[in-house]
Amino acid sequence: MSDTLPQLPSGWTAPEAFASFGSFTAPNKRAVEPVGPAFLAHARRTLHGRTWSEDEKIQAQENVIVADVVEEESEDEEGESEELLNHSARDWKTLDLYGALGLKRHRWRADEDKIRKAHRKSVLKHHPDKKAGQQDGFFKCIQKAFEILMDPTKRKQFDSVDSRADVLPPTKFNADNFIELWGPVFEAEGRFSRVQPVPKIGTMESPKEEVNKFYSFFYALDSWRTFEFLDEDVPDDTSNRDNKRYIEKKNFAARKKRKTEELARLRKLIDTAIASDPRIKLFKENEKAAKEKAKWDREADTRKAAEDAKKAAEEAAAAKEAEEKAAKEAKEGAKKNKEAAKNAKKKNKRTIRGSVKDVGYFGESSAAQIDAILSDVDALIEKFDDLELSEVAGKLAGVTDASTVKSVFTESATKHAIPAKFFA
Amino acid sequence: MSTVIGIAFGNTTSSIAVEKDGKVEVIANQDGDRAIPSTLSYVNTDEYHGAQAKAQLVRHANNTITNFRDFIGKPFENIDVSNCHASAHPFNNDGEVAFKITANSEEILSVEEVVKRHLIKLIDSASDYIGKPIDGAVIAVPTDFTEAERKALVSIAEKANLKVLQVINEPTAALLAHASAGNHLPQDKITVVADFGGSRSDGAVIASRGGMFTVLATSHDYTLGGSNLDEVLIDFFAKEFQKKFNTDAKSEPRSLAKLRAECEQTKKTLSNSTSSTIAIESMAGGYDFHSTINRLRFEVASRSVFEKFTSFVEALVKKTGFDFLDIDEILLVGGTSQTPKIANALVNLFPESTKVVAPVTDTKAINPNELIARGCALQASLISSFEQEQIDESIEPVVTVAPHLTKSIGVQITNGTDKSDILTILEHDTALPIRKSKIVVAPQAGDALVAIFEGEPEIVVTRIEAPKKDESAPADDEESDWSEEEEDDEEIREKIVKAGKKLAEIGLEGVAPGAKIEVILNITKDLKLQVSAREIGGNGVAVRGVVA
Ligand SMILES: Nc1ncnc2c1ncn2[C@@H]1O[C@H](COP(=O)(O)OP(=O)(O)OP(=O)(O)O)[C@@H](O)[C@H]1O
Repeated sequence: MSDTLPQLPSGWTAPEAFASFGSFTAPNKRAVEPVGPAFLAHARRTLHGRTWSEDEKIQAQENVIVADVVEEESEDEEGESEELLNHSARDWKTLDLYGALGLKRHRWRADEDKIRKAHRKSVLKHHPDKKAGQQDGFFKCIQKAFEILMDPTKRKQFDSVDSRADVLPPTKFNADNFIELWGPVFEAEGRFSRVQPVPKIGTMESPKEEVNKFYSFFYALDSWRTFEFLDEDVPDDTSNRDNKRYIEKKNFAARKKRKTEELARLRKLIDTAIASDPRIKLFKENEKAAKEKAKWDREADTRKAAEDAKKAAEEAAAAKEAEEKAAKEAKEGAKKNKEAAKNAKKKNKRTIRGSVKDVGYFGESSAAQIDAILSDVDALIEKFDDLELSEVAGKLAGVTDASTVKSVFTESATKHAIPAKFFA
Repeated sequence: MSTVIGIAFGNTTSSIAVEKDGKVEVIANQDGDRAIPSTLSYVNTDEYHGAQAKAQLVRHANNTITNFRDFIGKPFENIDVSNCHASAHPFNNDGEVAFKITANSEEILSVEEVVKRHLIKLIDSASDYIGKPIDGAVIAVPTDFTEAERKALVSIAEKANLKVLQVINEPTAALLAHASAGNHLPQDKITVVADFGGSRSDGAVIASRGGMFTVLATSHDYTLGGSNLDEVLIDFFAKEFQKKFNTDAKSEPRSLAKLRAECEQTKKTLSNSTSSTIAIESMAGGYDFHSTINRLRFEVASRSVFEKFTSFVEALVKKTGFDFLDIDEILLVGGTSQTPKIANALVNLFPESTKVVAPVTDTKAINPNELIARGCALQASLISSFEQEQIDESIEPVVTVAPHLTKSIGVQITNGTDKSDILTILEHDTALPIRKSKIVVAPQAGDALVAIFEGEPEIVVTRIEAPKKDESAPADDEESDWSEEEEDDEEIREKIVKAGKKLAEIGLEGVAPGAKIEVILNITKDLKLQVSAREIGGNGVAVRGVVA
């Protein structure tokens, strides 16, 4: 055998080639058996030149895991009823098998260990040899109960019809005690389930999926419940084979019928529970509310769309109005500007025309000359665009020197090459 | 040198043994019995013991005392009288258990007195055999004996002039005897000790670690024992007798006692032979009874009892939380364990890796009936040279109580024999302090990593598909279609150890490829884990450190 170590990863490093990661899981305190040579060596090592203080001795015994716990007195002293004590073992079919062992409250919940311990306790108490002169009827019941309850098949048959373990569905209950009253009902029904553990009823706060799962589990319960225990005794009689077969057949049919009834019973029980489970009611209410809200929300959309449309229309109208107004304003503005420009033009024209008059028509006095001057001026004004008009007007405004005025006109006449009469 | 013996004191039988020169001898009494019935009987002025007393159950049941061991140190109210139904009935003597004997004159014998007389008989047999007076003994009791009951036994023994060196647990005594057989080093293992006696069954799961034993769990069934098998045979033959002679052999105590004695004998015979005859003269109603039974018949009739023995062991293992694969060994103890069916059923139930130690499964196994006495004798000789004070001191909790590892600790490996990542060095449930090492191998190239982990056990299941049937094979005859058995896929379960919590790493540089490396784990008294690793031979690279 060669158990090979892994390779040291490249780059592995630790001071002095040792890395510590953490200590081992806390140990348990147990007693070793003071037996054998190895223990002797251990004792010698431990005892070597040592004495212990009382404290250390006490400490050593604390929290030790003990393998063999001596029978603890059981918490539940269940007295046997007079009826139980007088029960005949012959009528074991009507016997409370659990009661006979003092397990009235545990019933199907008792595991084998518990039954064994309960049986031992009962034997210690009720063995007829312990009570000289007493009937041993009850002891026989104890033994019968133990025999049946320790046989898994027989125990299942008994548990199947152990009505003392049934928890009947409550007839009166309300939302406040639904869980409290129905929980034990389902716990008791769950004992028949092949699948364990069985889901619990939960709380008022359990989510819907959990509640649904719970009920679905029971609807689909895979039950081991059988009804052999209620069989009519088959006669142990070889002479009458027909009768034997007849009873067997009858038993078989009865079992089948009971199983069918059982299925129906359980279904009905679940239906009843669901119909009154306040959580389901709550879930339904919540769903309804949610639906309504969804509807409201959906409607809110159309409402909002309408509102939006209205608002949009309003906005559009306002925008249009504003636009129109702006356009109008712009138009008006333009008119004003035009007028201003017109006025300015008029004014410039006036300035230009007036300039020749202001310099006395350059000293000319003949009507023809004056006419020639004026027609040249008019011809020039005709040629001027707005810009030139204001430029020339600017040059002429307030000028009193005739030659300056004359040069302005002559320059313009040359520029525009008008057939000038005067400014040639 | 003092003369010391070991005593197994059962309700049904007792045995005595002595160690001499490394060999243990189980001592036969004057009748030649090594399993001496724990029975006393009073007839006229005579006292009978052992098999002779047991024989009186037919004629003098009321003056024959049986099954009294479990009464030691108990008030009447707490005893189970079930097993004394066909013998002297214990009665409530002012709260104490006593027997009323009406042989010669009426005499009241307390349980103390009965036990004392029984022990005296045993000691006499031992000293007769050894030829010297007995100076002391180690006695075994079931694990459920309380401290007070153990003390009561010691004080009764004192009255019988027997010094009890130590009272030890029966399963541990049996395991010590088993483990000491053959000269091998103590192995770390988990053993289920199943003690099937006459009136009760006791089980213990014991961890053996470096030769030290720790009882991890126990269980007891006070309604299961060899007498349940006797009962099956009684019913079986009584039915036959009824059919033959139309007479109920069970209704008359003396007839029943005769039948019981013969049925027990028949049962024992069936452990060694495949069939047995039964012959009872004048069994009931003046009729003689002769019959035979074979082993198979017996096993079928006792099926439900056998199932109880098996499930007793199964339930005990379940209680510990162990998997069947964790159980290395089942040591069968007690007279009833000689029944082949019990051992065979356990072999079938447990995996192959669990060794069932019983005469049928292992011819070298020590007689299960003698294991406890042998273990006691070994322990007695081990401690015989000590002062009583030293012995008493060493069994105090300050010495016996020790922290036990909850998880195993080991070193990471790459190619273990199974799919384990970890080679365990310290097993779980090892008492601390402890020092242990294992040898591993360095990798073929490069330096070695010594990584120390806690081990996490894991069960791996591999399915092996059943071989496909050859459909084209011609059917030999019509029946072959029907006789063929459906072969199921087989499941192989294996236990492997996976790496759990990492505790430490060591880098071993410069080791020769494939060199042998010793990894040493040492947990000190103050629960510090020291790890060291060194190359064996070669240039002797070594690293050590303490896990903080
Ligand atoms: N060869 C055998 N085959 C089968 N059973 C046997 C054989 N030898 C003895 N026995 C049975 O073993 C039982 C006695 O077992 P043992 O000697 O271990 O008893 P014990 O430890 O005193 O029992 P307890 O204390 O449980 O009553 C008896 O029922 C006896 O019939």
